[in-house]
Amino acid sequence: MNRVARAISPVTRLFTQGWRLSALVISLAVLTPVMVIFWSLFSPDLAVWQHLKEHLLWELTANTFWLVLGTASGTLVLGVALAWLTAVCEFPGRKIFSWALLLPLAVPAYVTAFVMVGIFDFTGPLQSGMRSSGIEWALPEIRSLAGVTLVMVLAFYPYVYLIARNAFATQGKRALEAAQSLGYSPRAGFFKVALPMARPWIIGGVMLVIMETLADFGTVSVFNYDTFTTGIYKAWFDMFSLQAASQLASILVIFVFIIVLLEQQARARMRYTTVGKTAGKQERIPLKGWNSVAAVGFASTVMLLAFIIPMTQLLIWASDVVMDDLDSRYFDFLWHSLLLATMAALLVVTAAVILAVANRYYSDLTTRIMVRVATLGYALPGPVLAVGAFIPIAWFDNQLRDGLHAVFGYDGGLMLQGTIVTLLIALCIRFMAVGFSAVDGNLQRITHSIDESAHSLGSSGLTLLRRVHLPILRGGLFTAMTLVFVDVMKEMPITLMTRPFGWDTLAVRVFEMTAEGEWERAALPSVAIVLAGLIPIILMNRHAQH
Amino acid sequence: MQCKQWVILAAALMTTWVSHSALASDEVVVYSARNEQLIKPLFDAYTKESGVEVKFITGKAGSLLQRLKAEGDNTPADLLITVDAGNLWQAANMGLLQPVSSAKLSEAIPAHLRDPDNQWYGLSVRARTIVYNTNKLNDSDLSTYEDLADPKWKGKLCLRTAKKVYNQSLVAMMIAEHGESQTEAIVKGWVANLATKPFSSDTKMMEAVAAGQCEVGIGNTYYFGRLEDKDPTIPLKLFWPNQQSSGVHVNISGGGVTKYASNVNGATALLEWLASDKAQNLFSDSNHEYPANAQIKPSAQVTAWGSFKGNQVNVAKAGELQVDAVKLMDRARYK
Repeated sequence: MNRVARAISPVTRLFTQGWRLSALVISLAVLTPVMVIFWSLFSPDLAVWQHLKEHLLWELTANTFWLVLGTASGTLVLGVALAWLTAVCEFPGRKIFSWALLLPLAVPAYVTAFVMVGIFDFTGPLQSGMRSSGIEWALPEIRSLAGVTLVMVLAFYPYVYLIARNAFATQGKRALEAAQSLGYSPRAGFFKVALPMARPWIIGGVMLVIMETLADFGTVSVFNYDTFTTGIYKAWFDMFSLQAASQLASILVIFVFIIVLLEQQARARMRYTTVGKTAGKQERIPLKGWNSVAAVGFASTVMLLAFIIPMTQLLIWASDVVMDDLDSRYFDFLWHSLLLATMAALLVVTAAVILAVANRYYSDLTTRIMVRVATLGYALPGPVLAVGAFIPIAWFDNQLRDGLHAVFGYDGGLMLQGTIVTLLIALCIRFMAVGFSAVDGNLQRITHSIDESAHSLGSSGLTLLRRVHLPILRGGLFTAMTLVFVDVMKEMPITLMTRPFGWDTLAVRVFEMTAEGEWERAALPSVAIVLAGLIPIILMNRHAQH
Repeated sequence: MQCKQWVILAAALMTTWVSHSALASDEVVVYSARNEQLIKPLFDAYTKESGVEVKFITGKAGSLLQRLKAEGDNTPADLLITVDAGNLWQAANMGLLQPVSSAKLSEAIPAHLRDPDNQWYGLSVRARTIVYNTNKLNDSDLSTYEDLADPKWKGKLCLRTAKKVYNQSLVAMMIAEHGESQTEAIVKGWVANLATKPFSSDTKMMEAVAAGQCEVGIGNTYYFGRLEDKDPTIPLKLFWPNQQSSGVHVNISGGGVTKYASNVNGATALLEWLASDKAQNLFSDSNHEYPANAQIKPSAQVTAWGSFKGNQVNVAKAGELQVDAVKLMDRARYK
């Protein structure tokens, strides 16, 4: 990196400073709501805090720890195994599984949770059927740590799968060839060469899973499983103490920031760049006999649990209410969801490219911290981030209104809050991590020797980005946009709090139904969310195969 | 992305911006924690009758309160509607509401279902009562909420999570009646009697009672109404507890005019209309609730569940003691 810095002209230096400045602006934007939350530490609610400390904190921390550990290792194993199978091996149905295994990404985790509890609990069809046919088996309790972990793994493994599959697809075969030339068996080649080489991307995916798990409220509350985030909700909504909730949230953010920095330090010690050209047609490892049966069985089981069963149940419920509930307003809900998701995806990916490029040009500590700060929004529970973003925007809006009124006698009301600007800003802050991790992972794969040869041919600055980086990055950009798009489609608390009048989306529709416990009626908007989310996933996959 | 698509996006953005500034002056703006399908039919009827447009946004009560607070004196909201007394009490406590004196309102709404300072009014009543499995129990087996703490119910009780405000209000009202230490003993008794972990919803809890996972539970009547709609033969029945003492625990769904409402008269008029004879049935019947106005009969289905004596203590107490109730339930390890 320093080599590059030395080689560049003054014009380019100015240009790279521009990157750094833009990155600074983005990370400040993310930092603002985080600082609003941190502000609570200066005026703590000691009464509520004392209670939490005495009766809940230890248990919540332990619960959260086990859930995060279980979900992270589960998604790691599931995601990496499936990615290896579909990217490097050959077995019947591989092509279909390769894209089908991404579909669960479109299913909100709280929906999977509700469906799973509905099916497997005492009152569900499975146990009821067993009782009425006299089978006296005691099934394990679904409303447990194991149950909630299972659901989260099923809902979140696609993050790891998607990112690991890209890594294996571009370097897996070459890694294996290298391993074989060293005399390793395929198995040893996977563990000793391919897996370590793909590590930064896999860890990037697992980091997303960890943040998503920490911030989750919908899924755990279906199981009534208490975590740090349910503690935050309790402090705010039940004990009316936003301060205490913010204190808890600050601890969460600090904790995540430490993991993020540790992960980055670990990554910085190694240089993961592959040879520039991507391999042509890869020769896959054919699975034979039982191995191939096992691969098909494994992939089908995951598909069944993570997508087919929840989707079938949703469709059954939706068909019960579709005649009553489906009206022309659904076009508006759908349009709002799509528009919001598309705009947020474009904004996030643009910002993510700026961050990733700044991160590439500058390896100093300030830039690195700045870039990492910009991804913290993903770890905050939605309503906390929403209120953190809303307070400064409302403050600014109030100043603006009062100022205009005083100077020009013009009273336009609150200008930002009536528009989707507030909502978009909050969504971008929330999902920056998702976009960044996909873009950065891909950018890191472009070797510095490519930059250097581009420089020697006279390409630098924007030209370098446009003509060299962006074309190579295209797949990564598309992945990032899809992930953000799907996440925004599913997002509920921020949309609820900051949407303008008349801006109801499909996720808001889900809230309207679930607010009074009418989960079955929520199936209709949920199905719409899944179907709309499938579009970019399928497009992305098409794209990836060309 | 093509140029054309960018233009469409930009146009869409501009439209929302422009449509925002076109504010009609006589419209009423509502922030509602009561969800859309339970509130929109009322607003539509009101607009039809009075010609006044109602603009509203739904959300979680806690978030709506923070939104009101952050918007301060520039808030567009004129009226706040919630589904529990606790959040209305909290809104008043945070200085987000203003007192409204209205003969119509104080005549229609009983004193214990509205704020003593007239900052908010109950519009419908939600009764939280005992529900039991008719294959296992009779009315004569049951008496009070407190009795469910008796060891004879060991392994037979199902409860919803303590994280739901309905349970917090119930326990808050018990604190008001019995004091903290006695209430804590009762809640500990409940926890000891649980057949299984607390459920995430009243519906799930009642289904478990019906399926025989337990015999008795505590839930809001309208969830029972929904289960009854789905399956009229479900082996479940409501029981009205504490009829010799404090009465059945009731909470309200209600509303109050915001402190910085720009259309105070419009908001008050809407509130009065919601409390009026015409609107009361529309308000409560859509969700099998009870009208707050005692002169108005509930729907036929709800009337068939029988009449009961409700708790006469002002529901504001539930808000006032909610934090204590939450702490107490944490101490009793009621999750």
